[in-house]
Order: sequence, then C-alpha cells, then structure tokens
Amino acid sequence: MGNSRASKHILRWIAIVYVAFLVAWPVGLVFWNTFGDGLEPVIETFTDPLVIKSLRLTAVATFWSVLLNTLFGVTMSILLVRYRFPGKKLLNALVDLPLSVSPIVVGLSIVLVYSTTGGVFGVPLSQAGIQVLFSTPAIVLATTFVALPLIIREVVPVLHEVGTEQEQAARSLGANSWQTFWRITIPSIKWGLTYGIVLCLARSIGEFGAVKVVSGNLIGQTQTATLMVEQLYFDFDQEKAFAIASLLALISIITIIVVGLLRSRAEVKDPK
Amino acid sequence: MSIEIEGVGKKFGSFVALDNINLSIPTGQLTALLGPSGGGKSTLLRIIAGLETADEGRVVIEGVDATKLPPQRRNVGFVFQHYAAFKHMTVAKNVAFGLEIRKRPKEEIRERVAELLALVHLTQFADRLPSQLSGGQRQRMALARALAVEPTVLLLDEPFGALDAQVRKELRQWLRRLHDEVHVTTVFVTHDQEEALEVADDVVVISNGVVEQVGTPEEVYDRPANPFVMKFLGPTTSFNGDIVRPHDIDVYGLAVAGGIRATVTGLQRVGNEVRLTASANEGEETTVQLIRSHIDQIGASVGDEVWLRLAPGAPRIEPSKAG
Repeated sequence: MGNSRASKHILRWIAIVYVAFLVAWPVGLVFWNTFGDGLEPVIETFTDPLVIKSLRLTAVATFWSVLLNTLFGVTMSILLVRYRFPGKKLLNALVDLPLSVSPIVVGLSIVLVYSTTGGVFGVPLSQAGIQVLFSTPAIVLATTFVALPLIIREVVPVLHEVGTEQEQAARSLGANSWQTFWRITIPSIKWGLTYGIVLCLARSIGEFGAVKVVSGNLIGQTQTATLMVEQLYFDFDQEKAFAIASLLALISIITIIVVGLLRSRAEVKDPK
Repeated sequence: MSIEIEGVGKKFGSFVALDNINLSIPTGQLTALLGPSGGGKSTLLRIIAGLETADEGRVVIEGVDATKLPPQRRNVGFVFQHYAAFKHMTVAKNVAFGLEIRKRPKEEIRERVAELLALVHLTQFADRLPSQLSGGQRQRMALARALAVEPTVLLLDEPFGALDAQVRKELRQWLRRLHDEVHVTTVFVTHDQEEALEVADDVVVISNGVVEQVGTPEEVYDRPANPFVMKFLGPTTSFNGDIVRPHDIDVYGLAVAGGIRATVTGLQRVGNEVRLTASANEGEETTVQLIRSHIDQIGASVGDEVWLRLAPGAPRIEPSKAG
C-alpha cells in the first residue's frame, strides 16, 4: 500500500504548511515584533497606567463571563440533556445563536435593549441611576453573550455519553439530588467542563467587536485590552500594541497547554 | 410480606408497560421476575426502587408506603445491568459511597468496606478504578456497593445480562450462595428461564405488562398456568392436541396402553441427545427428546412405527386455554 502511504505523507504536509502559514507564522511574528527592540518597550508598556487599567477591565469582564457561563452552562446542559420539555429544540438552537451571529450584531442588540433613550431595560435602569451602556456591566454582558455556547457545547456530549445510570445508582444509595450533582455529575463531566471553561476564558479575553459597540471605547475607562491594542495600533504606537497582543496570545497558549497536560494525565490514570 | 405491590400500572405514551400488577414478595427470599424483553419486568423493578413512578397503585416496602418516596429514602439496593460503576472513584470508594452519604464514622466505613470487599472477593482490587476490572468483577463491586447500606431489599436488573456465558453461570451460583449468607430480600430481573429456575426461591413470570404466574421454580415448571408460561420456560411440542415438553414423551417400539401410534419422520443427534420427530394422527408433528441409549434400545429409524405416550404426571396444556 505504498500509494496510500505517500498520500498520507502529502496530506500531513499540506496540513502542517496550511496551519503554519495561517496561524503559527503570523502569531509568531507578533511575538517577534514585541521583543524586536529588546525588553525595554515591553516593560514600558506594562507599567503604563492606561494599559494596566485596560488589562484589569478585561480581567473583570472575563471573570464574570466565565463565572456566569459556568453556572448557566452547566445548568443549561443538564436541562437540555436530562429533561424533556416543549420548546427544547428552539432553546437548543438559541443557545447556538451567539456562535453564528457576528459580535457586532450582539453589540448592537445590547445597545437597543439598554439604551437610555428608548431601550426597554435601559430607560427604567437609567431612571434608577444605573448606567449599563458605556460602562462595565455592558462589557460583561457582551462578553458573556458571545461566550455563552462554549461551555454548553462541551458539556452536553459528555453528559449524553455518561448517561443517567451512575446518578440513579447514587440516588438509590441514599444521595439527594445535590449530593448526586456534586459527587457524581460534576466529576463525570469535569474534563468537558474544564475544556469549556478554557474556551470560554480564551474567547472572553479576546472579545472585540461586541465590546467595542457597547463600551463606547473610552480611553482609561471602558477600554478593554483588545480595544486598547486596536487604538495603539492606529495611533502608530505599534510596540505597545504588539506587547499587549503578545500577552493576550500567551495567555491563550498557556491555558491550552495546561488543559492538554491535565487531560493527558487524567487519561494515564484512567485509560477509558 | 416484604414488598407489596397493589394495582400498579404504568404507561409510556400509549404503550402499556404494566397493567394492574398485584404481587407480594416474601421477606428473605430470592425472587426472580422472569419474562421476555419489553414485558414490563424491569419497569416493575424500577418502580419498586423509585427510579420510575407508577401511574397508579401502591408500593409498600416492609410495611412502609413507599409509593411517593424518592429513591434515596426507600433504603433499597439497586444493581444495574451495566454496573453503573462510579468511574472516577476507586473500588473501595464506590463501596463506601452510601456509607459516606450517611455520614458514618470513618473507622466504621473502613471496616465495613473491607468486610464487603472480602465478601465479594475483591479485597486486592480495593484501590483500582472500575475501568481496570473485568465485567464480572465490576458487577460484584456493584453488589457490594448496594449491600453496604444494609438495604431492606436488594434489586438486581438483569445483573448478569452483560456478561459472557461462563462468567454468567459462575456469578449466578455465587449470587445464590451469597444470598444464603446474607438473607436480604432480593428481587432480580431476568429473561433467562434457566437462570431463574436455578437461582430463585420464587419465580414471577411477567409478560405484556401482566403477571402470568407466581410460584416456586418447580411449580411454574411442572404446573404452568397457561400456554405462555409453558412455552417460555422451555421447549414445547404438540402432542395429541396439547402442548407438552419434548422430554416428557416416552417412545415405545411396540403398542402400549394409552400410546398413540406415529411414524418417525426425522432423527437428529446432538451429542448424547436425540431429537425424534414423528407424525401421528391428523398429520400432527411431535418432537421428542430422548437419550441415545434409549433410541438404540428401541432401534427406531425414519419411516418406522412407534408408540408415543406422555409420561405420568407430566404437564400438558390445551393451546386454547386463556393466557
């Protein structure tokens, strides 16, 4: 079967070259440019109070997005897998919406709901003195919205696969639903959940379009790290732009490596 | 009576899984729910455990009305066909689960787990994960886990269904011995009549959502209540218009009192066993099962005349009898 072996080689090289050109090389260039002029500009960037502020805002938005999406995602996954109810198919489709809709549209839809001039929620909230748009709540909302399906899409297949027998066994052994959830359900979905959380984390850190629309992009106030990168880039402050971009890329790479390591360790422990 | 089932019914959509089941399962016995797949026996077991709710009727366990109780308050042990092992826990942790939920002292849990693992011969596997065990070992672990909480009743749903034939036979004899040691009221579901007849004290035959017959293995085998039970418990044939068992027919080379004359139409040998087919009056085909030495004695071969007679006391049933 020399022929199929040759074609396997060719396919492998096409894949490698494709990914290298499209992903590895450009991302690598970002790092290259960052450290092209030594460490000094990098240090300068990360001591800039405006940069620190934007990173902090990204951290806050990411924290809430991961927290809300984890709580909501696990509940929703259980609902979708374990229960039957009318409208389930519609709900299932709605959950995928944030993946297929452009983040710009997400941003605009949030503006429509929370606008202080005519938004259904925006008007009463502003009368109560709560500002949503152009401040942190809107950024959190937009980030949470775009990352919503990621955990659910990782957890649902795992829940399907583990089935309900372990949970039923736990119930028959005296565990109530809460104990069953913590001792049986969560441990059996933990890898799917971890992976979902990492994807959610990476997506939340990188969110740009929706946040740009709802935040107002006010420098030093509602500017997240990704928005800051754009601003610096257009202001010809490329060194700083590349430095922040490198940091964002680095966080994503580290999280993926960490999950990879955890996963392979878990597989060694439990070959199934 | 340990488990009382009163007027229990259950539908899945328009499919009637159980129809007005009334049943008493005695304390300390090993009872088999026997029947074909989809006949409702597993549903009944799951209703006893509280894993399924009945549409109507009551379930009373040791005098307590359990109809509305959630599974965790019924104190029943349940063993699943596919083990339902907690995959992320070691064997010892699996067995300890029910005790930890009950917040028993650590020392007590340790002792009880050791005791149970010894009982199911898994002591040396205490620190393994379920994925490192064979099917039979996993099922023994599941049994130890169910017994750990000292259940009022132990329920097993096709416990040996996923195992290969050899392990299956070993394990069911082992279950019988275990039951003789532990004496917990046990109900197990099976579609294998040999398993039920070999292991159980009592057999409940269930089909199409109704109880066909309740009795000891001897009773249901020797005095089947209807054609269904007769046919389900082993091979049958038609003789003189009745349903009978092929090994209950005696074959003679000469005319005998009460014998029916028939012509041998086929002889098939399987090991030491011979299956003889003969056609008697009105073209009725009768299959007889006998041992080789017997057929040699008679010296019958295809085309010969023989006389068939039902062995005294052997069960026979009219096919029309309501089932």
